[in-house]
Amino acid sequence: MSYGATEAVRGIDLEVNRGEVFAFLGPNGAGKTTTVEILEGYRKRTGGEVSVLGGDPERAGREWRERIGIVLQSGRLDPYLTVRESLDLYAGYFRAPRPTDEVISLVGLEGKADERASRLSGGQQRRLDVGMALVGDPELLFLDEPTTGFDPSARRQAWDVIAGLRDLGKTVFLTTHYMDEAQRLADRVTIIAAGQIVAQGTPEDLGERDAGETTIRYRSDGQEVTLRTTDPVKTLHDLTGAALAKGEELDGLEVTRPSLEDVYLELTAAVENAAVAEPTEERAN
Amino acid sequence: MTGLALVAHQFRYDQKAFWRNPASVFFTVMFPVIVFLILAVVFNGETVNVRGGVDATTYYVPAIMSLSIISATMQTLAMTLVIAREDGRLKRGRGTPMPPWVFIAGRVGNSIVVALMTLVLLAAIGAALYGVSVPWERLPEILLTLVVGAASFCCLGIALTAAIPSQDAAAAIVNALLLPLYFLSGVFIPEDQLPNGVIAFADLFPVRHFFDAFFDAYVPAGGSAVSWDNLAVVAIWGIAGLLLAVKFFRWTPRSG
Repeated sequence: MSYGATEAVRGIDLEVNRGEVFAFLGPNGAGKTTTVEILEGYRKRTGGEVSVLGGDPERAGREWRERIGIVLQSGRLDPYLTVRESLDLYAGYFRAPRPTDEVISLVGLEGKADERASRLSGGQQRRLDVGMALVGDPELLFLDEPTTGFDPSARRQAWDVIAGLRDLGKTVFLTTHYMDEAQRLADRVTIIAAGQIVAQGTPEDLGERDAGETTIRYRSDGQEVTLRTTDPVKTLHDLTGAALAKGEELDGLEVTRPSLEDVYLELTAAVENAAVAEPTEERAN
Repeated sequence: MTGLALVAHQFRYDQKAFWRNPASVFFTVMFPVIVFLILAVVFNGETVNVRGGVDATTYYVPAIMSLSIISATMQTLAMTLVIAREDGRLKRGRGTPMPPWVFIAGRVGNSIVVALMTLVLLAAIGAALYGVSVPWERLPEILLTLVVGAASFCCLGIALTAAIPSQDAAAAIVNALLLPLYFLSGVFIPEDQLPNGVIAFADLFPVRHFFDAFFDAYVPAGGSAVSWDNLAVVAIWGIAGLLLAVKFFRWTPRSG
């Protein structure tokens, strides 16, 4: 999977299960869009095996396209068509489309059905974009950075729409560079950095990676004390037991586990630094 | 939906979008009418010394009709396809089960219908204001010339998109190609006032040949109503455009 002289991604090995929301998480330029475009059938790969819904996207025909929906990372809609018209236009492309009114309410644009796309806010346009991918009633939906550049309330609305897709039984392949987005929406997360997979698992699993380390903080005699432990139950028991026995207070006692965000930043930083250090000739293909 | 029904479906929405786009409507429909009215006012009463002499107003009806057909086909297609490509709309459409040719066919259909409408509009204005008679008996020849010209200029417009890198460049490139050719081909300036060298130069390009063919079809003073040799040149340009389009047309944005 390369273009030009440099491999964009390599050794990407991933499996997405039916009915799950799968997040493909990584910083900008990590190779997310390259990978998703290979899966969507837009881009030819230079090596490796890919099977999406039992078919090779490179040779995908109409039947295969009936079953997938795509929201591109940067796409603008026809500014002169209304929400309803844009959806009706796309509905015509599919054999068994979902009724337009249903799609409009799925993406929460009921009040805007007869508004032209050019008069929608950025978040509303993106939801129409998702609606156009849903109109064919696909089994599998690709969403490439669906909330990039959104304000917090638009993001929340988009998240509600995506969470609703899982309830419909859709499989969702979501690329994002927002940790909280993956954490909030995904059943499973794969983290990619510099073209390679650095971690895979459920959001909870990933949070627990490396995690033997729980951090315990408190103040004793005005001094900040930080303990790292792989066995927090025992450490806490010992600590609090000793404090109780001596009649001491443990001011500001705080027990924290590494957040997924911490894990993500740590993993991607490590790989990216390695990639920078590595001579480019070795990565060239 | 079957192929043809899909084209009709695509065409319906292309029509909606076209008529709601003020720039499309102005440049494709209003601009030719305005240009015709200006030229007719300026040159009214004069005679153009071609085909044994025709009124200037009679000369300008087929001249501006040629312009409007080229504008509705080559110009409109090149511009709207580049805009759709750079917006990612062509790429998105390719991600659906719709066969790609349907999209192009819908746009071509849109262009041809708009060309026909401006033709009718110009014929009506020419007849009502300047008594330029509509040659009903030549309708088959006019339609034949229109279809060959429209198809060829559609192909050229689609091919041209490959040379246009961005939305901003679209209007500039299309106008830089077509506006000089309109002047050099006798569309704006009557051809009896153009030096022979200019006409000979313009003869290298399809605009001049199409105007010639359309003039022959529309103005009874001419000889044969179908100018086969001119139409052949236009068609060869069209086929060349088609081949270039097949080879170089791209669905994905150039930028990003």
